[in-house]
Amino acid sequence: MPASRAKPGGALAEPSRLRLHDLGSEALAGLLQRPGRSALTMVGTILGIGAFVAIVGLSQTATGQIGKDFNVLDATQVTVTDTAAYRSGRATLDFPPNADALTDRIHGVISAGFWWTVPLNRAAVSSLPQAAGGNELGLPVIAATPGALAASGARLAAGVLFNEFHQERAQNVAVVSQTAAAQLGISSLQNQPAIFVEGQPFTVVGILASDPRIPAMNLGVIVPESAALKLWGRPHAGSAAQMLIHTRLGAAQVVAAQAPIALRPDNPKLLSAAAPASPAQLRHSVTTSLNTVFLALAGIALVVGAIGIANTTLVAVLERAAEIGLRRALGARPRHIGAQFLAESTALGLCGGLIGASLGVLATLGVTIYQHWTALLDPRVVLAAPVAGAVIGLLAGLYPALRASTLEPADALRR
Amino acid sequence: MMMGNGEPPVIRLASVAYTYRGPPPVRALKPVDLVIGRGEHVAVTGPSGSGKSTLLNLVGLLDRPTEGTIEIDGLDVGAAPERDRAAVRAHRIGFVFQSFHLLPHRTAVENVMLAQVYADLPRRGRLKAAMSALAQVGLAHRANALPTALSGGERQRVAIARALVNRPSLLLCDEPTGNLDTTTTEELTELLETLHQAGATLLVITHNPAVAARAQRRVTIRDGLLEEQTDGPAFAARNGDGHAGVKS
Repeated sequence: MPASRAKPGGALAEPSRLRLHDLGSEALAGLLQRPGRSALTMVGTILGIGAFVAIVGLSQTATGQIGKDFNVLDATQVTVTDTAAYRSGRATLDFPPNADALTDRIHGVISAGFWWTVPLNRAAVSSLPQAAGGNELGLPVIAATPGALAASGARLAAGVLFNEFHQERAQNVAVVSQTAAAQLGISSLQNQPAIFVEGQPFTVVGILASDPRIPAMNLGVIVPESAALKLWGRPHAGSAAQMLIHTRLGAAQVVAAQAPIALRPDNPKLLSAAAPASPAQLRHSVTTSLNTVFLALAGIALVVGAIGIANTTLVAVLERAAEIGLRRALGARPRHIGAQFLAESTALGLCGGLIGASLGVLATLGVTIYQHWTALLDPRVVLAAPVAGAVIGLLAGLYPALRASTLEPADALRR
Repeated sequence: MMMGNGEPPVIRLASVAYTYRGPPPVRALKPVDLVIGRGEHVAVTGPSGSGKSTLLNLVGLLDRPTEGTIEIDGLDVGAAPERDRAAVRAHRIGFVFQSFHLLPHRTAVENVMLAQVYADLPRRGRLKAAMSALAQVGLAHRANALPTALSGGERQRVAIARALVNRPSLLLCDEPTGNLDTTTTEELTELLETLHQAGATLLVITHNPAVAARAQRRVTIRDGLLEEQTDGPAFAARNGDGHAGVKS
């Protein structure tokens, strides 16, 4: 009888195989065999990925914060304060009488004016003279130039605002806020109602609906600056005059630099102007320094992490030579051995990435809570982090896996 | 050459030789012929360095012969691609090593189940098959013990269960009692004999004359040459069924 020479490939219905499920559990078992070593190996990846997530999270949060802080109202507002008055502690007014006109000349200014809270002993305001037994209310009285009302964006519910004419003549007119009007019992301006401020009569010309920039105006009575100066004198140090300038968008910084000089060419240091931080400046300061340095550190940590994984996996290959030989004897093909070590290193990277991403998110949250910010983090970044970790593990495992798969089983079993 | 019942022999070596690539080249195995039929129990003895391990590596498909052909169950595996050789190892050969080669972090039954991973058996039936293999070597009660908690004899039994679990055509034992004391060696030889009685084909490489004496056929290897030993009543009695012997 001739010898049967069947082809193994044809005769073997079942080749040796390594199922994905088995590959996963073998890799996991390999990692859990030495949990301490696996954990230490992951540290580099954890630090790298964690730093990446935290940096991206913090810079996104900071950018979002700038976007939140940045609004047109703030960006077009310059405040000039009478610093000399604060410093001296005396009742002074360092703004010249024609301050509004001087400031209006600066390029980029839409409107400007100064104001202060009138320092009354008893801010006694009533709708009837004292003799008639008027009910006195404690309301803030604000002295303002017409320019200040314009710059503050005051909106009227009824009547008109006082104007340059009233200011020049120091006329006793007043604009009252809606709240004050209700308290004083003024519902209509048709009869030209009068109010009494410390006994001085003022004609109410307008009722203010809202004033977005000077909150005090929303509660009290506003009178022309010249009238207040004539009746009650200069502002006290505690409530020194300040100027409000409404600028065009983008002009705030330039206007702030020029305003004190334009107002007091003789002594600009008496005044100090504050402009909002420009958004570009803010974003720059928050992100640039943080990003370049820390991204570089995170990159280094990732490279070190990858080397750590490669080194540990290589050591494991050499250490587990006998196991590799055994697996080959049990029917593993070289690629099965390679796949197992590749899966182990990938799992290490993946776990490192997961832990790192979690720590990065926590770090971002910690900083935002501490800073009272709103945390902003792109979920795609958080999801990509473990994938990046897995890819690093995969790359780190390539060489050790190649070494493992090319071990001769007969040699490996002898170790 | 076919067996009497038309089945191919489990092992057929035809002019198989092995030379270690130098320098200098060492001829570890001179051309040998060996046929082992189904259900035979063959012992290979010989001094250290005689070529026993080389023969085992060739028969176990862990190495390729430099000359000649090797057939396992009639399949020409000597020159087959690695994927086919791996498949033959997974399904048709069970290995038992001197140093057991158990994974230290896995329980006895998990070690047995490792053999099922590469044989591509459905996961569902694995535990049952592994438990029955452990029962076959009398270790069902130690299934969840780690190798470190097992005695040497028990460890080797786990290794035998692992070799048996895929129902291979051939059980290849390399010094199975080399790390065991006399009493345990006795017990283990008994187990191998039981497996043989149950129909297993055994090729046992051993230094131990007591272990070799239990075999049906004994082959001595010396300076890379095989020599069949035809003494002993056991051999005469059991080998009377027309099995082919060593031809060289």
